[in-house]
Amino acid sequence: MKETQTIQNKTKSTETTERISGSEAVIKCLLAEGVDILYGYPGGAIMPVYDELYKYQDKIHHVLTRHEQGATHSAQGYARISGKVGVCMATSGPGATNLITGIADAQIDSTPMVCITGQVGSHLLGSDAFQETDIVGISTPITKWNCQVTKASQIPEAFAKAFYIARSGRPGPVLIDITKDAQFEEFDFKYEKCKGIRSYKPIPDTDENSLKAAAELINNAKKPLVVWGQGVILGKAEEEFKAVIEKAGIPSAWTILGASAIPTSHPLNVGMVGMHGNYAPNVLTNDCDVLIAIGMRFDDRVTGNLETYAKQAKIIHFDIDPAEIDKNVKTDVAVLGDSKASLKSLLPLLNENSHNDWHQKFKDLYKIEYEKVIKDDLHPTKEGLTMAEVLKEINIQTKGDAAIVSDVGQHQMTACRYAEFNKTKSNITSGGLGTMGFALPAAIGAKMAAPDREVVMIAGDGGYQMTIQELGTIFQQKVPVKIVVLNNEFLGMVRQWQQLFFDKRYASTEMVNPDFVAIAKGYSIEAQKVTERKDLKAAVKEMIDCEGPYFLEVRVEKEGNVFPMIPTGASVSDIRLE
Amino acid sequence: MSTENKQYTVSIYTENNIGLLNRISAIFQRRHMNIESLNTSPSEIDGVSRFTIVVNITESQMKKIQGQIEKQVEVIKVYYHTEEEIIYQESCIFKMRSNLLFDERQIQNIIKESNARIVTVNRDFFVIEKSGRKEEIDLLHRELTVFGIMQFTRSGRIAVTKDEMKISTMLKALQH
Repeated sequence: MKETQTIQNKTKSTETTERISGSEAVIKCLLAEGVDILYGYPGGAIMPVYDELYKYQDKIHHVLTRHEQGATHSAQGYARISGKVGVCMATSGPGATNLITGIADAQIDSTPMVCITGQVGSHLLGSDAFQETDIVGISTPITKWNCQVTKASQIPEAFAKAFYIARSGRPGPVLIDITKDAQFEEFDFKYEKCKGIRSYKPIPDTDENSLKAAAELINNAKKPLVVWGQGVILGKAEEEFKAVIEKAGIPSAWTILGASAIPTSHPLNVGMVGMHGNYAPNVLTNDCDVLIAIGMRFDDRVTGNLETYAKQAKIIHFDIDPAEIDKNVKTDVAVLGDSKASLKSLLPLLNENSHNDWHQKFKDLYKIEYEKVIKDDLHPTKEGLTMAEVLKEINIQTKGDAAIVSDVGQHQMTACRYAEFNKTKSNITSGGLGTMGFALPAAIGAKMAAPDREVVMIAGDGGYQMTIQELGTIFQQKVPVKIVVLNNEFLGMVRQWQQLFFDKRYASTEMVNPDFVAIAKGYSIEAQKVTERKDLKAAVKEMIDCEGPYFLEVRVEKEGNVFPMIPTGASVSDIRLE
Repeated sequence: MSTENKQYTVSIYTENNIGLLNRISAIFQRRHMNIESLNTSPSEIDGVSRFTIVVNITESQMKKIQGQIEKQVEVIKVYYHTEEEIIYQESCIFKMRSNLLFDERQIQNIIKESNARIVTVNRDFFVIEKSGRKEEIDLLHRELTVFGIMQFTRSGRIAVTKDEMKISTMLKALQH
């Protein structure tokens, strides 16, 4: 007890120095940055830091994942639901390279994450030592920033910069590689938070004239369309965003990572854009007169063929990252800056409007999509279960309050299309990188960051098996996540493409699967399998009512397809309904 | 915007940190762009490095690359210029056999006319240095090739702009 007391006193005073080891400094830096949970996996080159963690167990919760990739996705899930920086740690060599997929995912989806890797002793650098790999070199193109620390005295500044960079501006992953000798070395520790870096401007200045120009275009528009992305969520601009679209009466569509920024039920929410998005916002992208993009980056999955994307419209682009302006779509008015501040300044410049006739067009097209796609998805008349009816049941049982963590593929598109969200930061999925295996570990991180929220993970039978070992983490940490596997015994999205574009040659997409229920039970996770529609409701209810973790496998139609769909290279307005 | 490739000289002001060269060159590599020449050196500002990179790309590509480089945390500012907007130099060194100086008298004329300079002479070899524009160095190289060159190397381009670069004032403002 006395020992703990001293430690507490020490961490509070950052003014004075104290002589400690590099590895203890790592822990103190994490504590100073408010880190309460980190995900990782020990090994030779990071052992001194783990040894210090042992001492600080009451202050910082280390979660032993079953694979370093799991640690990165858990840190991402933690970050995405909380808005805080996720932290993960691994040893050198294979431990470090196993982080790469998660780092790349965090980079393309702008997720704040700090990765710590151990490295061989500095005298061994470049000698092909045991478990040596050039992780700084390898991670350079997929990190917002990275560095190697070879002296203990460099640790405080490296961590202060790392956290500052990861969370400021457009967030992203950073990596700190620490040689083993630097972990052992003693030095005079003093921590100062980073307040700025002269070569780095996190938030560009907003030009008032650009705001005025944007307002003028919006005020004069007859058929305006908003497409928002994760920038609204990352900028904590949900309220400002809602105020803007409500005042100007603009139908608003979202990219996959923008989902949940405003409730699904909001009358101005017209659905998802992109390859498997909703019919109306895709078709009407090529009919609107002003397209207002907010915190999104015109990904190719959103735009389809750029040559025919919204050519008739004036484009306004709000973004925090100047490099996104004109990257894919030429902008007429670019508003740089933080989404919260920009939207707040935009609001008083806007005229009130309702655009009723324009809204009617969305409603008319929704009816077509409902008749051709949604009705059969949600209320199927055929025998096989659809993915969408599982989502519908989850919506009912969670009343739309759950955070949905989805993997990648058909079930992901279905989840994003049909999940109902009441709260922001509720759609956690791998957008840009499309990382199969993301969901299970990300759900662990999300649930640990937000224990009061219901977290439902949805994966296909393919992606689930890419990180299935994280069931061990759930078991050991007793994380009450709800795991839903929509099993069609296929890599469904690839199979769908094979059916539509490769003459039904199902090369290596059929899966012979194990007994998933038995596997879950092996980890003492309550589990059941549903194969018939009549059992679905009760099973979903049992899962949601369960206090601990729960595994639910639903056998869905083997060759179900996700529609609508914009085939590669086609225009958004050529979206197919069947 | 022109879709034709043009030669751009990119000037990048950065912090002087390990790994930054890798980070910057990866931006070109990822887009399958070849770097024609690359030079790093100190700049007019204490503690700030300057990269000079020459690439052949379209202006639209150049603008995007500028954004991607400038986005890097340790990059302070990126400028790009066309040939007309800069004064530039490259440097090269030739190592040649000393007997050529006596046997092939026109070599001395070539050196004089090309404004090259003999750096050192000994019994076995002599070394010629020449700074100038790319074409001048190409010409000298062609002229000397016929006599047999023992070793040849040339530097990356270094360049200054005809117009003022606002980087110094910008940095001063940042430091306040």
